[in-house]
Amino acid sequence: MSETAIPVTGEVKFNIHIGDELTQNVKPLLHEIKYALENLIENGETSIIDLRSIPLAPGEEDKILHTLGKGEVAAKLSALGLSEIIETQYAGVWVVTHYNDENNIISRFIEVTTMPNILSSQTEDIMAAYSSLTLDLDENQETN
Amino acid sequence: MTDRTNNKDKSPADLVQLEKSRLDKTLGETMRSQGVSRRSFLKFCAATASMMAMSPAMIPRIAHALESARRPSVIWLSFQECTGCTESLTRAHAPTVESLIFDSISLDYHHTLQAAAGHAAEEAREAAMEENFGKYLLVVDGSIPMDNPGYSTIAGISNYDMLMDTAKGAAAIIAVGTCATYGGIPHADPNPTGAVSVGDLIKDKPIINVPGCPPIPVVITGVLTHFLTFGTIPELDHIGRPKVFYGQSIHDRCYRRPFYDKGLFAETFDDEGARKGWCLYKLGCKGPTTYNACATTKWNNGTSFPIESGHPCLGCSEPDFWDGGGFYKALSMPTVNITETAIYTAAGAAAAGVALGAMNRGKKNSAAAAHTETTIDDLEK
Repeated sequence: MSETAIPVTGEVKFNIHIGDELTQNVKPLLHEIKYALENLIENGETSIIDLRSIPLAPGEEDKILHTLGKGEVAAKLSALGLSEIIETQYAGVWVVTHYNDENNIISRFIEVTTMPNILSSQTEDIMAAYSSLTLDLDENQETN
Repeated sequence: MTDRTNNKDKSPADLVQLEKSRLDKTLGETMRSQGVSRRSFLKFCAATASMMAMSPAMIPRIAHALESARRPSVIWLSFQECTGCTESLTRAHAPTVESLIFDSISLDYHHTLQAAAGHAAEEAREAAMEENFGKYLLVVDGSIPMDNPGYSTIAGISNYDMLMDTAKGAAAIIAVGTCATYGGIPHADPNPTGAVSVGDLIKDKPIINVPGCPPIPVVITGVLTHFLTFGTIPELDHIGRPKVFYGQSIHDRCYRRPFYDKGLFAETFDDEGARKGWCLYKLGCKGPTTYNACATTKWNNGTSFPIESGHPCLGCSEPDFWDGGGFYKALSMPTVNITETAIYTAAGAAAAGVALGAMNRGKKNSAAAAHTETTIDDLEK
């Protein structure tokens, strides 16, 4: 058992440690990520795992994130609250965390892909941007 | 939700007409007109798929369906209730997922939230029913008193009459909270108002039961989203609950389950087991017989759920949870006196009705005494 207890506030501390693996779901999940990576290499197929759909004890999600670590890319997205898109130390494995306006996590995914779709500029936004830029230039032309 | 703050001078009929023009827009158009970017929309769809326990592969399908969906008219009726269900929904999160869903509907009647009052409010309900007959969603919270219609009325209309009248044109009904789904607290023994559930009265419309006292807010919005996305009601269990949220027991999804399997239990609220976060079964946890999403969806923006906070599950999403024999009595302990049961059983089948009646009376007579049994001493034993 690890000596690193989960930090809790107040006097009472749950005696749950990061090494406890209460639900036994940590290792199977890491293996699922490995197979998803294999699928990406061999077939080019992307995978998304919803961390909120798996019962995890306090500390187990942290253990998964700790195992995956952080890699070369970390992006922040500001859309309906913050989102963090982090490539883990294993290239092709990304952790995408969405927050609401109060900085509470509303969903967290592990995406096995070359780049999470949400990072790309979206066609609808590009079209809106084109219209907006055109209007701005027209207005500038009129005022000048 | 309809913003009527700038429409104070308009009549209810004008407001409905205004809403009708808004209904012509798709949800995608409505969101874009509110400055919601495609990226934000995708994020919203990802969060929605997560809360509905759908495969992340469904995200593009949700996005496409929601973008092209029209805003449905929703009429929300509140009967014998405490407003906890509305509080759960409206005070849930910062304005992100819930408000987007809520903004995606046209809430035409909700007597707690709407600005209009009295006759104007009722006219708005009638106008919305007429305009959207056969297409609107009816949401109900609270039970319906059948002993005396005067126990609960709105604008002089009994709950029963208002429900039956409004249900006629509904595409589907969502019963929100344990009161609307199974009678809830008003239905608790001895049920002084003769409270019944929506499903007890309506037999010819699809009814989705979303129980809980209150229900988890994302479960309420999840059901709305499912309807918006697929235009159908989600798959339901044997008592009308969406399987996606109520398909598994709290016990099976509980992170303390391994302690149960190892036979490690908290015996009191302050013993070593409680401090170590062991299973709360012996403290009366109803997790093994309760089906809900608390253990994975959690409460307060996903912070925790009762068991994670050290309290047993009360089983609030199950029928008659108030009459379950005591919140702090372990499930394996009989809730009815075994000797008494044996005597009534011995009375024979012919006397079964009499025996049951006697037992019910017995339960009523002992109800008060039973409620006083849970004292500080009980908790500390």
